[in-house]
Amino acid sequence: MRTILSLLLAIAVLGLGAWAYRENYATQSAMAETEALKQKIGASRARLAVLRAEWAYLNRPDRLNDLAEINFDRLGLLPLQPEQFGQIDEIPYPLVETIAPLTGVQDVAGPETPPAPKGDLP
Amino acid sequence: MIRRPLRPLARILQARARGENPDAIERENLRLRHEVTRSAARSRAESRLFVLGLFFTVAFVGIGLRMGFLASTPPAEPNTALGTSEFTATRAEIQDRRGRLLATNLETSALYVHPHELVDPARAARELARLFPDLNEARMLADFTGPRKFLWLRKVMSPEQQQAVHDIGEPGLLFATREMRLYPNGALAAHVLGGAAFAREDVRAAEIIGTAGVERTFDDRLRDPALANDPLQLSLDLTAQTAMEDVLSTGMTLMNAKGAAGVLMDVHTGEVLAIASLPDFDPNDRPAPPTKGDPTESPIFNRAVQGVYELGSTFKIFTVAQAMDLQLIGPETVIDTRGPMVKGRHRITDFRNYGPELTVDEVIVKSSNIGTARIALMIGAERQRAFLELMGMTQATGIEIAEARTGRPILPARWSDIVTMTVSYGHGFSTTPLHLAAGYAMIANGGTRVEPTLIRRSTPQYGPRVVTEETANRARTMLRHVVTEGTGQVADVPGYLVAGKTGTADKPKPGGGYHAKKVIATFAAMFPADDPRYVLVVSLDEPVNTLGREPTRTAGSTAAPVAAELIRRVAPLLDLKPRIEPLKLDGITLTSN
Repeated sequence: MRTILSLLLAIAVLGLGAWAYRENYATQSAMAETEALKQKIGASRARLAVLRAEWAYLNRPDRLNDLAEINFDRLGLLPLQPEQFGQIDEIPYPLVETIAPLTGVQDVAGPETPPAPKGDLP
Repeated sequence: MIRRPLRPLARILQARARGENPDAIERENLRLRHEVTRSAARSRAESRLFVLGLFFTVAFVGIGLRMGFLASTPPAEPNTALGTSEFTATRAEIQDRRGRLLATNLETSALYVHPHELVDPARAARELARLFPDLNEARMLADFTGPRKFLWLRKVMSPEQQQAVHDIGEPGLLFATREMRLYPNGALAAHVLGGAAFAREDVRAAEIIGTAGVERTFDDRLRDPALANDPLQLSLDLTAQTAMEDVLSTGMTLMNAKGAAGVLMDVHTGEVLAIASLPDFDPNDRPAPPTKGDPTESPIFNRAVQGVYELGSTFKIFTVAQAMDLQLIGPETVIDTRGPMVKGRHRITDFRNYGPELTVDEVIVKSSNIGTARIALMIGAERQRAFLELMGMTQATGIEIAEARTGRPILPARWSDIVTMTVSYGHGFSTTPLHLAAGYAMIANGGTRVEPTLIRRSTPQYGPRVVTEETANRARTMLRHVVTEGTGQVADVPGYLVAGKTGTADKPKPGGGYHAKKVIATFAAMFPADDPRYVLVVSLDEPVNTLGREPTRTAGSTAAPVAAELIRRVAPLLDLKPRIEPLKLDGITLTSN
């Protein structure tokens, strides 16, 4: 009984030792990983800042203006004018109303006037 | 505490009766008393020693434990290296009202030299001089071979330049990491942003401080590390600002003016959406203040908030508004406008003779100096002064541009009758265009004072009431008449119901008196007139309109057309819909079928 108990204890000590060893190294590697990630985040932020600055620089009004002038033939862009505002009711929304009424043509597939059934049916 | 007497009478009497010496009793009592005192002192000292001993034991144990702990833990490097997430942005960004970048930071490098580590100083100096034309080879060589151990060469470099310096291959040429302030839009809103510069410099980093404009006003806020990722949002609108600078610079060229200023302001919130002063500069490379010549001619001088000018007839509406508010006159009251009006050595004349009498409405529409001067005499000096003070015209504006503090209005020294008369039509009293914009915003928003601000805000300001709502409405109607039938007809923009007033003021000479042919032409406008949302002030310095048959200098033919073009450009950008039928567009076919 005594031998078994001490044997169990020895095994427990060995097991705990191994576990502590593993945990120790796992913690260290996790810490190293966080550090590396932090570095990467920092670098990404710096790059993001550069890209944002570059985006703003490339989108500066002066440059866009010059580009619009250079490409006037293709794009035909001019400053926004008051006349370019429209009313919502100027937009033809319901398609049926915008189609000019057709004359002299028989509508075959129109849902409103199905061909009248002829004879035959009881 | 009850003290026992040294010579208790009972015992003394007994001792005497027994024939003993009573002094022995006294000595005995004295001895007992001393003993008590001594034992008390001893126990106190002992307890003190005990506490002290305890303290030392705890301290030694604590230090011992800490030492043991430190000795048993593995060493870790302190983590202050660049690349941790908080270190990237040290100065907050500046954005416009829709989040577009106005100022940001860019990582770059500075170049410094350890001359004692140079392998071939002569070659290094030669190569550097070739790379950077602004560096002097002979001077660099003298520095490199001299006794100095450390030398800054350049504050910022592009990555290409850095690579080129790398390629020289000198171990003595070293790079320092830097963040520099970048204004991606170049000269746009230059006067608002101001500029930034390096203050204390180190090999690892350098401190950036704002030197002018909002960069300086909000320096503490922008440098606060807790707010580094929180951009400062201004009330400016980048597109409106672009349009304003564009139109002003075209207008300045067309009207042969040597300077221009413009302010566009929300009448309810006091937000300044665009503010420009031309000529301008590039804040990325802010020029040094001029050491000679007139400082007000320098590009870094902000005409909109620093320049104080006599803004002329644009002031007349304030006089009329006050008189209406005091119920001295109404819009239809007839005013005697026979001229010239002589007061002491001064003669007040009109631009043209408008006949013997005009209604108040016509005084404003035709811009009669004599009529306004008569109205001012009804008001009197004291009330006029108090009114201007209530409007905030007697102090510098509170706008958040560092230079604005110097834009203090110039008040007349003595407020005599003649001063009252000239001030009523905007002479002898100098303010900045921004003051004027704030004054017009007061009329536009129904009579309450508005402080112009550059910070984005969403709620209207409710300042102290200056005039009643009814007065403000009447004044607005008059200003609308100026544009429909008066001096500002050029400024009518179909669909936007512009109301405004022209102002042409002769420029004062430095020594006194006025220039005959140099004017400041101003147009102050609000739109749309029935429910104004924006106030616009355009001011041109020494304009001459040579487009017509004869050169003219009046604001109606110089500042007003520029203002009209500006409204045409800016209003659609501010989502303001014109109240007109859109033009029929030819060449567009409906593609719905």
